[in-house]
Amino acid sequence: MFVPIDPLKTDKNLYLLLTAALARLADAKTGVIENRRFIRYDSGDTIPRLFQPMISVQHLSKHYGDYGETTAIDDVTFTVERGEVLAFLGPNGAGKTTTMRILAGLIAPTSGSATVAGYDVLTHPMEVKRRIGYLPDNPPLYTEMTVDEYLTFAGKIRGLRGRAVTLARDAVLEKCALGDVRGRLIANLSRGYRQRVGLAQAMIHSPDVLILDEPTVGLDPKQIIDIRELVKSLAGEQTIILSTHILPEATAVCQRVVIINRGRIVAVDSRERLSMQLRQSEKLAVRVRRGEGVDLGLIYKIEGVTQITPQEMASGSDGAVREWMIESEMGADIREAVASTIVQQGWGLLEMRPVVASLEEVFLQLTTQAQGVETAYAAGESV
Amino acid sequence: MKNIAAIVAKEMRLYFVSPIIYVVAAVFLGITDYLFYAQTMYYAAASAQMMRFQSNLPQMNLHNAIFAPTLMNMSVILLLILPLLTMRLLAEEKKSRTMELLLTSPLSVSQILFGKFFAAGFVYLILLALTLHLPIGLSFFSEVTWAPLGAAYLGLVLMGGMFLAMGLFASALTENQIVAAVLSFGILIGFWLVGAVSPAEGSRAAEIVRYLSMSAHLDNLVKGLIDTRDVVYFATMTAVGLFLAHRVVDSHRWK
Repeated sequence: MFVPIDPLKTDKNLYLLLTAALARLADAKTGVIENRRFIRYDSGDTIPRLFQPMISVQHLSKHYGDYGETTAIDDVTFTVERGEVLAFLGPNGAGKTTTMRILAGLIAPTSGSATVAGYDVLTHPMEVKRRIGYLPDNPPLYTEMTVDEYLTFAGKIRGLRGRAVTLARDAVLEKCALGDVRGRLIANLSRGYRQRVGLAQAMIHSPDVLILDEPTVGLDPKQIIDIRELVKSLAGEQTIILSTHILPEATAVCQRVVIINRGRIVAVDSRERLSMQLRQSEKLAVRVRRGEGVDLGLIYKIEGVTQITPQEMASGSDGAVREWMIESEMGADIREAVASTIVQQGWGLLEMRPVVASLEEVFLQLTTQAQGVETAYAAGESV
Repeated sequence: MKNIAAIVAKEMRLYFVSPIIYVVAAVFLGITDYLFYAQTMYYAAASAQMMRFQSNLPQMNLHNAIFAPTLMNMSVILLLILPLLTMRLLAEEKKSRTMELLLTSPLSVSQILFGKFFAAGFVYLILLALTLHLPIGLSFFSEVTWAPLGAAYLGLVLMGGMFLAMGLFASALTENQIVAAVLSFGILIGFWLVGAVSPAEGSRAAEIVRYLSMSAHLDNLVKGLIDTRDVVYFATMTAVGLFLAHRVVDSHRWK
């Protein structure tokens, strides 16, 4: 373990030892200790960097064009905690790439601020760049180089020296399953391999933060699964932001999802809560044995019920079995009343289940009727 | 410093896997050798004639008669060839989006540019070193005056710095390598020709134009005269080219 000691400042040293011990505790699980850079204590800071969120984006906006007439992102705010995997979900052109490029220090925001590990991307770009690995939507590859040469170069410009370069290179070659092609020219590699070389390049210096812009685009299903597994295996050790317009990807690898559309964040939440919160009405599917005798009027009388729609039954099932979808106002719990009504009437309650919108539905809802959702969201919990 | 070294190593590697450098070297050396041969033949004929008239003119020395004109010719070929070495440097990185790798790494823009400049500089020095076979070959048959020749080569090195810096600037302006090459031709030929169309003699403008003119400064050095004004001229032009390139690359963040 390496603790940089400043002989002149004892209070700082105490702090350094403390943070080093904390980091060591956190790292004991993963065994990554050598590669960590410990957070320096800056007396100017109000909050020590260790205790800040890994990524904090506040009211970030970016306008393009001579007069700023094109808005790429507008008032984007979110934070990512240390070790978290966050998905940036949105249709093409929603502003995902712009946000990531600002975080990577490639472009400057028009207004707002973004910090990585407590360092502002505008005022401390070098500190930020030391801590991030960035995979753009097009992997930045020198096709005339071999995989080995390329990764060695990537390691060197990230500040690795001497034996550390070879070690780090061999480690990522293994992590990304590139051992077979390490001596081949990148120009001759398939799309899947190139994507993995791009990923290897982003993680060669074990950065605190990985920014992956559509890491699985254009890959075959097997390769997509491989990359997802890789990202999952990095979670906890590294903070990861990945963007995608594919939903299952977000659900497969991420703990939290930011849905962005036309430059604005329309929802931020864990994926379970997201689908819960964004239902604008509660839905209850009810199945009864003796469907022919059901009087829907009795159900409508229950307070909160807004709509009942008959559901199509699978053929071959018992002729009298019927199913309805009962919608009710948000927050009104009608389950008990519905159940007791059906039981009292002797219709034979077979099944009753709350219907949770899939993330896919939420996504479509959010991005197609963003207006309605924003108001629903504003009325509900804060983002 | 290590960062610059990493960039230099990468650029050198890319130079030597690309066919451009071999073609450039072959064409450059072929033309240089031919011009040298023609100059030597002319000198041989002229000196035979001089011998006949028994009047050995003082300026009929090897340096003035062979090396100075050959090196001046070389500088014109270099003006056409060095933009081909620099056109790739930034335009290609932007086109293939590898610039994003460099700009998101903890490298400063100056480190990136110096790395590229030095790599191109090394290649240029190799080209120049290859032309040394001319004086070395000639030294077997005649007496070569090495001191003025050294000054002349210093002139070419300084001029190369300016060419490469301007070429780097042109390459920073565009994603298209051909556009970059044509732009640097334009800039360099402009500096070459600016002396040819000088305004009225003796005016202030004429002085400025004469100072800007590259060929006058190079001429002194190639003749064997090291004047700090000329050295400062080339150093300044090199710095200006690198500075402009720096501004252009740095401005991409604000687009």
